[in-house]
Amino acid sequence: MHFGLSEEQEMIVSTVRSFVEKEIYPHEAEVERTGIVPHELGLRIKQKCIDLGFYACNFPEEVGGAGLSHMDFTLVERELGRGSMALTHFFGRPQNILMACEGEQREKYLLPAVRGDRMDALAMTEPDAGSDVRGMKCQAVRSGGDWVVNGSKHFISGAEHADFFIVFIATGVDETPKGPKKRITCFLVDRGHPGFEVRDGYNSVSHKGYKNCILTFDDCRLPDAQVLGQVDGGFEVMNEWLYATRLTVAAFCVGRARRCFDYAVEYAAERKQFGQAIAKFQGVSFQVADMITEIDAADWLTLAGAWRLDQGLPANREIASAKLHASEMLARVTDTTLQIFGGMGLMDDFPIERFWRDARVERIWDGTSEIQRHIISRELFRPLGA
Amino acid sequence: MKVLVPVKRVIDYNVKVRVKADGSGVDLANVKMSMNPFDEIAVEEAIRLKEAGKATEVVAVSIGVKQNQETLRTALAMGADRAILVVAADDVHTDIEPLAVAKILAAIVKEEEPGLVLAGKQAIDNDMNATGQMLSALLGWSQGTFASEVDIDGDNAKVTREVDGGLQTITVKMPTIITVDLRLNEPRYASLPNIMKAKRKPLDEKTPGDYGVDVTPRLTVVKTEEPAARAAGIKVGSVDELVAKLKEAGAV
Repeated sequence: MHFGLSEEQEMIVSTVRSFVEKEIYPHEAEVERTGIVPHELGLRIKQKCIDLGFYACNFPEEVGGAGLSHMDFTLVERELGRGSMALTHFFGRPQNILMACEGEQREKYLLPAVRGDRMDALAMTEPDAGSDVRGMKCQAVRSGGDWVVNGSKHFISGAEHADFFIVFIATGVDETPKGPKKRITCFLVDRGHPGFEVRDGYNSVSHKGYKNCILTFDDCRLPDAQVLGQVDGGFEVMNEWLYATRLTVAAFCVGRARRCFDYAVEYAAERKQFGQAIAKFQGVSFQVADMITEIDAADWLTLAGAWRLDQGLPANREIASAKLHASEMLARVTDTTLQIFGGMGLMDDFPIERFWRDARVERIWDGTSEIQRHIISRELFRPLGA
Repeated sequence: MKVLVPVKRVIDYNVKVRVKADGSGVDLANVKMSMNPFDEIAVEEAIRLKEAGKATEVVAVSIGVKQNQETLRTALAMGADRAILVVAADDVHTDIEPLAVAKILAAIVKEEEPGLVLAGKQAIDNDMNATGQMLSALLGWSQGTFASEVDIDGDNAKVTREVDGGLQTITVKMPTIITVDLRLNEPRYASLPNIMKAKRKPLDEKTPGDYGVDVTPRLTVVKTEEPAARAAGIKVGSVDELVAKLKEAGAV
């Protein structure tokens, strides 16, 4: 057992943290106020990240990435978690599902995404298909050798900046003893493709400036060349590539919780009531003790998940535990910090109210807490036939 | 031309320092340590000289505890070519005094024969501001301190110095020692490829004995104490009252 970071990892952590402190923090208030990341600012952050060799650092070296291990990449995500998600989006981490690109798809999608020439967005969720992915209505039917797509997607993060989309679409139905079961295929769709439109989405209280969009398909014709992976093999690519991305949510939560925690400690030590620092009251100091205990626990759970991935060990259950615990931990830490700040915590003079709002979505996206508990318990009971 | 850059491991500038209970110094146990910010500027300048084709090699040196290796790795990740670590203490609380540091550096300069030593003007932990000047005296080299601009041109270096009245520009003969000030440049982030390469760059480990230098302290720390807390302010009702109060305090 070795719990320390290597010298390289220490340097990765300190570089990304300095980057976030110097290049992200100064712009957070404006993004929060306007709900917009100015185009020029996004490009500037992206270029700096490319110059530093951190862009697409989650991709292997043979496609132009930095080839970071899961552990290294999780540390990067953890430090990025401190900053505004709307801004750190430009510290590009394309969807690793793009590694499933084959033939011309590599030149057209994978390699430009790794270089930072084209940005991607992933689309799965629909108004009637949240946790129930297979309930999706967006469907493609065969017509003249192509696929004709109709339907819509919503809550699509990163869509406003995306040049192309990785979209999961129903391509048929199988009759099974348990009832009809949809077949899913993953498609690559270019912005501006006829019949495909990106529209403004809803206003979320979490992560202002990190917009969600609605995608609509109206008799959108896609050739077979746009299929990522195999026809009807959407679940296979999803399972191969997407479960590890839940770990990035856990890492985000740990990084964000540490930033929030620093505010809590400092405020508790400075703020005086009844003639002394409020940290002198056990009602406050014990809350701080609980917070750091929970943050550390979530941190180790997250890093252990990354370590398992690097060892090639099964990690599905462990990653679900990390995502579940880290996101729920962040909710408690931001809420407790707000309580320590009292009324001031609700005012936008401090970032606490923002951390608190941002935290709320972490228990919902990339698999709700309930879905994570389902994954964890299923792994425990399946071998027992229960 | 080879450039030698001494770098010191100091308490991170973001850390709120705490005086040890016995007043013998500042508590450094389990505290985040980083490269002295002025030294970071010196490393940056050396790398820029190399990129401009004016320097051929950048050698970083650190004198202190074994953990200074991390500080050197940071210099290597920024772009220094190799590093020399002189392990002169076991305890992180041991501060090697400027004269001992300068003597070790002088010995390294004789061995390495750099054309330029670029150092931070001072370390942010004890603000001695002495090592560069002492090294200049020991070597009999010219010196340009508090540099905010450096222009190396053949046998001469033009150094713009930040002095009390403004900027002073001097020309010094090479080889020389330049100590750098805050506004010389903005140090770069270590790039990811360079971080990965840093481990493979050579790092030699030495001891003060290798250079025949005795690092026994010559100074005695009598007492270390926190700065006095600032007294609370008062609110005044009007400009007249403010002026009256200032006059009372002898401020105007």
